[in-house]
Amino acid sequence: MLVILTALFVTALLCPLLFRVLKRNAFYVVAAVPAVGFIWLLTQLPVVLAADNSLANGAPNAPPSLKIEWISGLNIGLNFRMDSLSATILLLILGVGALVLFYCARYFKNDDPQIGGFAAKMVAFAGAMTGLVTADDVIIMFIFWEITSVLSYLLIGFNQALISARRSAMTALIVTTLGGLIMLAGILMIGSEAGSYQLSEILASADRLVSLGAYTDVAIALIIVGAISKSALVPFHFWLPGAMAAPTPVSAYLHAAAMVKAGVYLIARLAPGFSETNLWVPMTVGIGVLTMLIGGFRALKQHDLKLILAFGTVSQLGFIIAIFGFGTPEAAFAALAMTLAHGLFKATLFLSVGIIDHNTGTRDIRKLSGLRRAMPILSVTAGIAAASMAGVPLTFGFVAKEAIYESALHLEHGWGIVALIGLVLGAGLTMGYSLRFFFGAFGVKKHSVPYLTCKAPTLIFLAPLLLLSAMTLALGLYPQLVEPLMIHWSAAQGGPGKMHLLAFAGLNPALGLSAISISLGLAFYWIRRRTDTGAAPRRMIISAEDIYRMSLNGLDMVAIWITGRTQRGSLSFYLGVILGVVLVVPLGIALTVSTPWPDLWVIADHPAQLLIGALIIAGAVVSVIAPKRFMAVLMVSVTGYGMVAIFALQGAPDLALTQLLVETIILVSFVLALRALPKRLWGGVAKIKWGRALLAIALAVMVIYIAIAMMGARDQTRISLEWPELAYHEGYGKNIVNVALVDMRVWDTFGEITVLAAAATGVASLIFAGRSFGSRVRAHEVEPGSIDSGSEAMGNKESKDVELRIARRFATSGNQDWLMAGSTLVAERRSIIFEVVTRLMFHSVLILSVYTLLTGHNTPGGGFAGGLIAGLALTIRYLAGGRIELSESLRIAPGLLIGGGIALAGLAGIVPLLLGDEIFTMYAVEFWFFGDQKFVTSTIFDIGVYLVVLGLVQDVLRSLGSEIDSLSEGRSPVDRHDFVQASQTGVGR
Amino acid sequence: MSVNITFLVITGVLLACGFYLVLERTLTRVLLGIMLLGNGINLLILTTGGRRGIAPLFKPEIAAEEYSDPLPQALILTAIVITFAVTAFLLAMIYRSWTLTSADELADDTEDIKVSQKTAYDEEEDSPVAEDTTEFVDEEGRPVREGEE
Repeated sequence: MLVILTALFVTALLCPLLFRVLKRNAFYVVAAVPAVGFIWLLTQLPVVLAADNSLANGAPNAPPSLKIEWISGLNIGLNFRMDSLSATILLLILGVGALVLFYCARYFKNDDPQIGGFAAKMVAFAGAMTGLVTADDVIIMFIFWEITSVLSYLLIGFNQALISARRSAMTALIVTTLGGLIMLAGILMIGSEAGSYQLSEILASADRLVSLGAYTDVAIALIIVGAISKSALVPFHFWLPGAMAAPTPVSAYLHAAAMVKAGVYLIARLAPGFSETNLWVPMTVGIGVLTMLIGGFRALKQHDLKLILAFGTVSQLGFIIAIFGFGTPEAAFAALAMTLAHGLFKATLFLSVGIIDHNTGTRDIRKLSGLRRAMPILSVTAGIAAASMAGVPLTFGFVAKEAIYESALHLEHGWGIVALIGLVLGAGLTMGYSLRFFFGAFGVKKHSVPYLTCKAPTLIFLAPLLLLSAMTLALGLYPQLVEPLMIHWSAAQGGPGKMHLLAFAGLNPALGLSAISISLGLAFYWIRRRTDTGAAPRRMIISAEDIYRMSLNGLDMVAIWITGRTQRGSLSFYLGVILGVVLVVPLGIALTVSTPWPDLWVIADHPAQLLIGALIIAGAVVSVIAPKRFMAVLMVSVTGYGMVAIFALQGAPDLALTQLLVETIILVSFVLALRALPKRLWGGVAKIKWGRALLAIALAVMVIYIAIAMMGARDQTRISLEWPELAYHEGYGKNIVNVALVDMRVWDTFGEITVLAAAATGVASLIFAGRSFGSRVRAHEVEPGSIDSGSEAMGNKESKDVELRIARRFATSGNQDWLMAGSTLVAERRSIIFEVVTRLMFHSVLILSVYTLLTGHNTPGGGFAGGLIAGLALTIRYLAGGRIELSESLRIAPGLLIGGGIALAGLAGIVPLLLGDEIFTMYAVEFWFFGDQKFVTSTIFDIGVYLVVLGLVQDVLRSLGSEIDSLSEGRSPVDRHDFVQASQTGVGR
Repeated sequence: MSVNITFLVITGVLLACGFYLVLERTLTRVLLGIMLLGNGINLLILTTGGRRGIAPLFKPEIAAEEYSDPLPQALILTAIVITFAVTAFLLAMIYRSWTLTSADELADDTEDIKVSQKTAYDEEEDSPVAEDTTEFVDEEGRPVREGEE
């Protein structure tokens, strides 16, 4: 079983390759796979027929089964089981599958590039159906069920260029998956109540489940919805005629023989256990008979051969499901025979239509005439199939239908008589549209339609049809060949009693009913022929399809309406909504529960805090209303420097140091980045928007309120009381904050430096925007005194010339070694004092940074502070010496620094692993070097941090500094810094 | 623990100004707002650490309670550096936005506006199409027959 299943899916994977080599003849190879499966299945039939269906898996005489553990926690396993029902449907799936694939080899053009994928989907579909009917686990069955839906979608939409194909494919997918999801709900309800998802076990406990009443009624009804949506019963029937946009072999296989039988299979599977539930009979028999009539009626009105068959299929599926729905053993016996008969004749008929379409270029019965002469063999073959569909004696269709009448006559409940009348009427319609199909396709039209001349199909093209029709005839004459399967399936429910499949049962009531329906059919056909004007069938006032479209459109409209109202494209609006929720939800909770309140309040820990506080508050408020951009920036800086003072007073020297450095570098970055933005982009004194202000104040109050409550809620001593001892004895350091960063909370820090790396990458990407940042201009390559020329205006016009003359006299020199300003920067950009100060300070600052790094474990400092100090040194050199100076002073690319830093920090984590310790274990090494020294390995981690931070600063300087310098060179500072080539901006300009 | 009212007031003002600025449309103001929010929250975290104390540099003779709480400090330290990275990133974004659109403004997303003005999901989806009665058609949609290509 598993071999066949796997072989089918593997073949699907191989298809594209096969078809590249063999072209369309590869279909023959592919067809062999289900054919072999079919033969294997035949050899298995004796075992299946000898087994007792009522036994649990694994019992001595149970049907062949297979169990592979899968998700044991959810009680879901790859369980398969093949009883007579599965085997019968599998015969259809594999047999018809092989023949349809065989047929495809002549149906498609040799050079069609898409057929590889097409064949893959078809074979995969055969695999999915095989899995579906043999699965003994409802969840597995459901998975295969949905796979068939998806494959059906892909196959209907095979001709992607046609809107009708795409649209039909979507409709089929939506309808069948909607049904599938509803079914899943039912499956879960049943499974959880039964305590097992194994189909055979669920059926074994059916009696108990049915006794639960409404719960099981609903669950089973939900499953039936899935079944009737898949089998295209009313009100879901409309997707099947739409699916005729698929290539005809697909229609023959999926929409006649195989996929639509999935619903039939499910009803047949559940009928023995659950036909007693309250909604069962109305939903299967009622809807089935209704579908049979509607489908048959609409089939009579069509002009497209394929649509006649499609509505015919809808009708027949309703028919079969109605019979299975009776739930009696006789009905199961007869309906299973009908399922087989339907598969045989409907596949033949679809394949015939395919040949007609292929050879004449139309399927319209108003245009087809005289094909009986052009294609004599086909007309006989299709004639046999049509006769079987109509239920004419000597065919298997007749045998099955007789059995159905027989079983319906034995029904005892009230639905029996309704169903019987419906069935006879429906069979009459079937007879009618069978005639319409046959004479429409092959007959001679009286309205002077010219005979179509066309090639007769080759024998190899016809072969699958001949085989199918031969089967129809053979089984019509010797139904005993397959009867054991039907008897065996109904045996578990009590057996068909004296019923048999007979080629001719003698004169009995069932034959009488057949006679009635055949005469009815002749009458229907005759009436239809008299009234057929050739006009397209009138649309009904409102059809199920209209309802489907309207509901989908309604859904779309609601979606657009909601999207339009919520996604307005304004970031401020979104942020307002988010902040509004942040305000309302916690506040709502805070107001409904009792909040703790601290009992100890102080105005300030230190008088200076009041002063600093006033400064910060002033800075914050002015930054909101500042009329100039840089004023606002400076005011924010005031709050930042205020924080430095607060940290220092609070007893947090590390914070004070870091904040001081960061604040300084941020200020420089601001100046560098925003120097390009013209003044007009700042709106001047901002008008206070009171709504916004109210929201902002409310948010701030809410945050403070929650913070107070949180502080009031504290009833434990702080965990950091352990930290000093831990830091000193375990982390070998006296600076508790630094040890926390590089040892106790080292993972956090490691995460943080990767964030820094990401931000640095982002900055560089935004500024360089596609230009390479790999190339570096060396100092000796630039013309002395050329860098940044003309980019900054100095003073007013008159003084400028004088200043320039003086400056130039001093400025340009060719032989400076380390401060490159003299040899590269244009004269008016140089500042002698700044250069001198830089020369004095640079090395001391650099040494300070290394000192801060290395002693950070014991005194304030560490990697962050050290890296920032080094960054500041670099900043000074850049500001004094220009962009060439920057690239000369640190010749390593920022990416390398950052990457190296992360690698080094990572090394500090990994090496302990190699030594057999936990990740990020820190060691201390004591040695003598002019006194007792202690080296702690967390310093290595800290060096990594140092490098990352330095790399980030360098990256910022290079991007916001150098790159903007070179872009604005030769322009006024407020000119647009347009990139030279439009392609580099990423936006067509 | 005691609650420092001054800190709470400063935090409140910083947060209120920050929230106000991030709701602005000017990108530079948004960035300034984010920085104010960062400062405010850092101060809030500091406040939760309790009273000021001795700098957390280990000396055996000092009792653990006498140090200022090192835990919030470790949190704030990383926050400060991250704020720097975020600021640099946003500065680069402001510059980029200006080179692309000559504006320092959060413009409304035109695509979103288009969606909100739409009346139907997809016109093509609902237009009627003629039923085709063959699948063997050439590029122009004319039926072709076997052997006539």
